Amino acid sequence: MTDISLSPPAAVPPKAPSNSIFRHARYVIAENPVTGLAFGLFLLIAICALIGPYVVPHDPLASDTTASLQAPTWRHWFGTDQLGRDIFSRVIVATRLDFAVALFSVILVFAMGGLAGIAAGFFGGWTDRIVGRISDTIMAFPLFVLAMGIVAALGNTVTNIVIATAIINFPLYVRVARAEANVRREAGFVQAARLSGNGDIRIVLTQILPNIMPIMMVQISLTMGYAILNAAGLSFIGLGVRPPTPEWGIMVAEGAANIISGEWWIALFPGAALMIAVFCFNLLGDGLRDLVDPQRRT
Amino acid sequence: MLATLGKRMVTVIPTLIGVVIVTFLLTRVLPGDPAVYFAGPAATPQSIADIRKQLGLDKSLPEQFARYVSDLAHGNLGNSLSTGQPVVKEIKSRLPASAELTFLGLILSIVIAVPLGILAAVKQGSWIDHTCRIVATAGVSLPVFFTGLLLVYLFYFRLGWSPAPIGRLDAFATAPPTITGFYLIDSVLTGNLETFKSAFGQLILPALTLGIFSLAPLARMTRASMLAVLASDFVRTARASGLDSKTVILVYAFRNAMLPVVTTLGMVFSFLLGANVLVEKVFAWPGIGSYAVEALISSDFAPVQGFVLAMAILYVVLNLIIDVLYGVIDPRVRLEG
Repeated sequence: MTDISLSPPAAVPPKAPSNSIFRHARYVIAENPVTGLAFGLFLLIAICALIGPYVVPHDPLASDTTASLQAPTWRHWFGTDQLGRDIFSRVIVATRLDFAVALFSVILVFAMGGLAGIAAGFFGGWTDRIVGRISDTIMAFPLFVLAMGIVAALGNTVTNIVIATAIINFPLYVRVARAEANVRREAGFVQAARLSGNGDIRIVLTQILPNIMPIMMVQISLTMGYAILNAAGLSFIGLGVRPPTPEWGIMVAEGAANIISGEWWIALFPGAALMIAVFCFNLLGDGLRDLVDPQRRT
Repeated sequence: MLATLGKRMVTVIPTLIGVVIVTFLLTRVLPGDPAVYFAGPAATPQSIADIRKQLGLDKSLPEQFARYVSDLAHGNLGNSLSTGQPVVKEIKSRLPASAELTFLGLILSIVIAVPLGILAAVKQGSWIDHTCRIVATAGVSLPVFFTGLLLVYLFYFRLGWSPAPIGRLDAFATAPPTITGFYLIDSVLTGNLETFKSAFGQLILPALTLGIFSLAPLARMTRASMLAVLASDFVRTARASGLDSKTVILVYAFRNAMLPVVTTLGMVFSFLLGANVLVEKVFAWPGIGSYAVEALISSDFAPVQGFVLAMAILYVVLNLIIDVLYGVIDPRVRLEG
């Protein structure tokens, strides 16, 4: 690790290691087919999010009262809801929104928590104490309850769901980034960078950050699933996304009343989509951890 | 023991201060006019001005905070707009419903997860180990409201075993006189078996939903910690001394393996209290979670704020209890403390 980080930043690894990383990745996927499956699911979700709205068979918002509450048929694969809207189209179209909410919240918390954690681990002292105190205070709340409170206070919009989801994940990112930055603060390559006259900020950004990136990527993947669950939970209780926008949590809420009269398909398919997405990110996170940190492989 | 307890209590104070500051900030410093929030959507400029004065929002921020803290100390969390009732009163009357649900959920979760984790560790690599892994991964991936709906569909609509999800009692049962507020306990104390049956029937599905959601971290932790303990020297010594494997596992290994599991209880409670809100909505459960959700939908802010504060205080207290429990199980912690 010390040899590659002297002058060119570690973000651009030499050619040979990247080839071996690729081989290692292929080995891990071959070794553990579950990770391969998770990766396939991830591609499917990404494709749905990217091109879903252009390829679905029906307009997700078009209602047809003559065809309401139909069980799955060849015409409507996942059936239709109370307003006769095609559930298959709505589930696919919703992928983009759910994925985007989770992704943006994770990017936001990576920027906030990741940097705060690195600063806490690298500088120690007061920075560490303040960041630690903020994390502790967030952790003093049951996290979903805090997210509810934040959305209620900031206003009931999708942007605020993203912000609330980011805030409740803040302590997790701080903890990982802080621990990783702390063990590297006196590492040889950091001292070398300091000796060659780099300032603290520059060392953090060009030495520490690229070095802890792999571990942060694992964290990102693991929290993506949690972010999706959290955002869907908030919209299930009526926060953020408003009808008729297709979104998995709100679609399950719309189908909840029909469950007791036996129309299972309205809630089942969006709920299953939600479950598959969360499952995929959890498995992917475990797989990525195997790749990055082979010692902790289970 | 008492001194340790006292020391631990002191560490709660900064946390509580943080919690109070955050709930205060949630209403005051954020964009927009808090008076408008508290006045609700149907407010006139006159009523907004009244509320501003009434809440002391025309004063400086530290003064407002002092006032907020003194209101809290007097047990005043403001009034709900939609019902006109004091928030404290509503939360108090609804808390037992939520607590009963959460505790039964936790008990179910422990009863399923701990034996599962132990068996998975003892018979590592067997089908029960795989079951444990699948259950643990599926448990965290299932959205809790979705699990609830699936259970309702299966047990109410398909099988007809459980009653309709309409709250704590079915339409024909009457609530027991309030002693503890827990219907199960109160109905037993008053010897009312009909009510007990009704309350239990209503409670079992939501509690199971919560249990499924929270058993994943418990099962995973039990398994990992049992594996570590079973590989340790003192277990090897106990085996070598000729103790039968039941004694070794249940007496020697289990007690030591429980320590990390007790610490994960804190995280489990965070899960449970949050998931509680969603489960209460699915099962029309008249607890504080559904109170907060109703208030959120009608932009009635005082109950939401009171709810967040109540949950946070409850969570801090639960964490304190977990820590004390940890000291009881592990004498080393007591000595160090």
